[in-house]
Amino acid sequence: MTVDTESPVRPMNTVTEDEPLGATRSERLSALAQQHGALVTLVIAVLAAWLSFDTFMTTDNMQNMAVSSAFLAVVALGMTFVIVTGGIDLSVGSLFALGGVLAAWGSQYGTAVALLLPLGVCALIGFVNGLLIARSRLAPFIVTLAALLGARGILLAVTDEGSKTYLVDKGSFFATLGQGKLLGIGAPVWITVGLFVAGAVVLRRSRFGQYVYAVGGNEDAAALMGVPVARTKTAVYTLSGLCAGLAGALNAAWLASGVTILGSGMELEAISAVVIGGTLLSGGFGFLSGSLVGVLLLKVIQNVINQIGSLDSAYQQVVSGGFLAVVVVAQTWLGRRRRVL
Amino acid sequence: MLPVTGSGAPPVAGPAMLSVSGLGKSFPGVRALDGVDFTARAGEVHALIGENGAGKSTLIKVLTGVYKAGEGEVRYDGSAVRFATPLQAQHAGISTIYQEVNLVPLMSVARNLFLGREPRGRLGLIDFRRMHREAQEALRGLGVRVDVRRPLRELGVGAQQMVALARAVSVDARVVIMDEPTSSLEPREVATLFGVIRMLRGRGIAVIYVSHRLDELYEVCDTVTVLRDGKAVHTGPIAELDRLRLVALMLGREIGDVREEGLTKFSGNHDTEAQPVLEATGLTVRHQLDGVSLTIRPGEVVGLGGLLGSGRSETAKAIAGALPPDSGRVVIAGVPVRTGSTPAAIRAGVSLLPEDRKAEGIVPGLSVRENIALAALPGLSRFGLVDEARIDRVVDTFMKRLRIKASGPHQKVGELSGGNQQKVLLARWLAMNPKVLLLDEPTRGIDVGAKAEVQKLIDELADDGLGVLLISSDMEELIEGSDRVVVLKDGAVVEELTGDAVTEDRLMRAIAAAPAAQATTPATSGGDDD
Repeated sequence: MTVDTESPVRPMNTVTEDEPLGATRSERLSALAQQHGALVTLVIAVLAAWLSFDTFMTTDNMQNMAVSSAFLAVVALGMTFVIVTGGIDLSVGSLFALGGVLAAWGSQYGTAVALLLPLGVCALIGFVNGLLIARSRLAPFIVTLAALLGARGILLAVTDEGSKTYLVDKGSFFATLGQGKLLGIGAPVWITVGLFVAGAVVLRRSRFGQYVYAVGGNEDAAALMGVPVARTKTAVYTLSGLCAGLAGALNAAWLASGVTILGSGMELEAISAVVIGGTLLSGGFGFLSGSLVGVLLLKVIQNVINQIGSLDSAYQQVVSGGFLAVVVVAQTWLGRRRRVL
Repeated sequence: MLPVTGSGAPPVAGPAMLSVSGLGKSFPGVRALDGVDFTARAGEVHALIGENGAGKSTLIKVLTGVYKAGEGEVRYDGSAVRFATPLQAQHAGISTIYQEVNLVPLMSVARNLFLGREPRGRLGLIDFRRMHREAQEALRGLGVRVDVRRPLRELGVGAQQMVALARAVSVDARVVIMDEPTSSLEPREVATLFGVIRMLRGRGIAVIYVSHRLDELYEVCDTVTVLRDGKAVHTGPIAELDRLRLVALMLGREIGDVREEGLTKFSGNHDTEAQPVLEATGLTVRHQLDGVSLTIRPGEVVGLGGLLGSGRSETAKAIAGALPPDSGRVVIAGVPVRTGSTPAAIRAGVSLLPEDRKAEGIVPGLSVRENIALAALPGLSRFGLVDEARIDRVVDTFMKRLRIKASGPHQKVGELSGGNQQKVLLARWLAMNPKVLLLDEPTRGIDVGAKAEVQKLIDELADDGLGVLLISSDMEELIEGSDRVVVLKDGAVVEELTGDAVTEDRLMRAIAAAPAAQATTPATSGGDDD
């Protein structure tokens, strides 16, 4: 049975079998839109804000936005790895807060403790998440939800139910990590940029990065091709915990205190940023630069709403939510055109 | 292509690379492998064949580390091994190409090809330039010209299969297992694949080749092992085994076996002169069916014969609208039916009793009554409300008529025996007043007594004027139950046996027949994953 490819009647049910070698033009356009849509939107949003508000493009406002974006961006970095494997990590908001408090508490014993303690604890929690997900095959949603609650509990225990606030000595080196400036740009921003460059190299150019994509793209096939699936999954959750803890610590250094109420809902912000940035929630496709753009876009929208002033800040969430819905719809649509979903 | 002379080069029997002895494997209720001996030698292409449930896939899975051996021993390169995971088997040098392409569609062709063994340069980072160049070269060697940086999913399935092949042979494999590698390949790609297989054999690699396509086996294999009911019933050079004998071994029949009449409960002939109730013409599904035509008259039982993968289930599904054909027509009682639509087929009076009761038919948690009424519900309700009294009448009628043994209409179907479950399914479709009944393996997995009853029922239904299409791997059932047998091979009708010609001997000869001289294209059917 040979199929004449010149035949005017193309088989209808063999979409996957009958594709030409190479994508069609509309598929490539869709791919481009999926990869760079967030960036285009960001540029438009920034231009619109610049033209509408005199206070938007000021050095102060820019610096504030950059620094407050930095913490979310670090969390989103770890989240991108997790989502590319097809998972989700809901614990990062709690770990962010826990990391901040542990860092502030640890800062009285020096910078090393202030960094290593939150990083160690949060990475350990992420590692346990990873083990439960990869080895015990539990659903990431439930495991990390449990970690969200558990980490909040630890946080409350450390701070006497939130009544105690640990301060960071403003003169310490640790405080410089949050408050210092280089070339007029805050230290957290520099650290974040460095982490994203390193993260992008790992994701795109290392063997581990290939495993991350393979696990998210087709877990069974990856296992059959010899990818250490469980190890890869454990690693991405550990990385996500580590990133959340680091972001919390940097935030504490910036604020000069460990604030317990921070970070709630941050997991959802991070997930939104990653998805807005073009990473598929179903896994197997995504990139760090997109997540960074997603973070900036969310922060610009927040900033604009603050600039309007007359709008209740609660509307921030309405706008962010609506925006996310639009992005997910657009992504699904583009993905179907590219036949990846 | 000379079918029986085999591979050209005489098989050079090298040392045993991968072998099992006394291998046994049981699953709850099933003895999948029972004392199997099998040896794949270096520089040999070893065909592994068998019908449904013969144990092929179980054996492959034990060899590749997916399953652990129950009893017996697996030896690899001279020493006893126990692979705990597929990864261990791979590292040891056993490469497998699966029927379903097992790659990552969103990743690029090159990344798929090199996943886990990417060429690395400074700092341990992947050297993409080298990787792309090497991927391009490896694929060019297999006649595939693609941009290796594009995602794999942009390739056709055949090309994807070639990528899997390139991956399997570019690792230093010493054993390559191919499970139905040609089921989605075009003839040109099949030729390339055979070239690669011969190249592997020349390099002293042991190739284990699983396929249902006899032509392919004779073209490329040296040795054949036939599995049946979990046992290896024959091993030997394929050139010394003629096709008819091979088919007989697979089916477990003796050629010229004098068949006793009356082993089944079929009464025999329903030949009628009436107008066909079903006319299917030129049903074609890419890689699966090639212009299948058949007619069924009211009161007639038409059997579909052929090996696993010959397109029997696909034919039934295409008629019932469950498999949209690329071309072809289905006419029921003189009225054309829109193909590819199950509702349209059901409305026209076609009922399909699917092969896999559990997955495709029965709802075990629901009662007998609910299961029977399920499909007929729209016809039994008024203004969206279910007419309980009518359902009771219908259910009662069919439970009596089909002699369904249940404590009552409210017993859960999951608690019934296989035979009674099958009857419940039959009742469900009969409640729709069908004109044509398509039965795919109606008696598989049910006990002897129930089997006889179902066979008797099929007869009665035909007597009542239904047109019946019967698919069965049970030769006796097929031959005694059918008034005519349409023989399929590689997705095409190769012969139609009528009246006295419906015999086991004729059927096996039809299945085993070498391709006609003009049909030089290798078979491209398959996908019958039953």
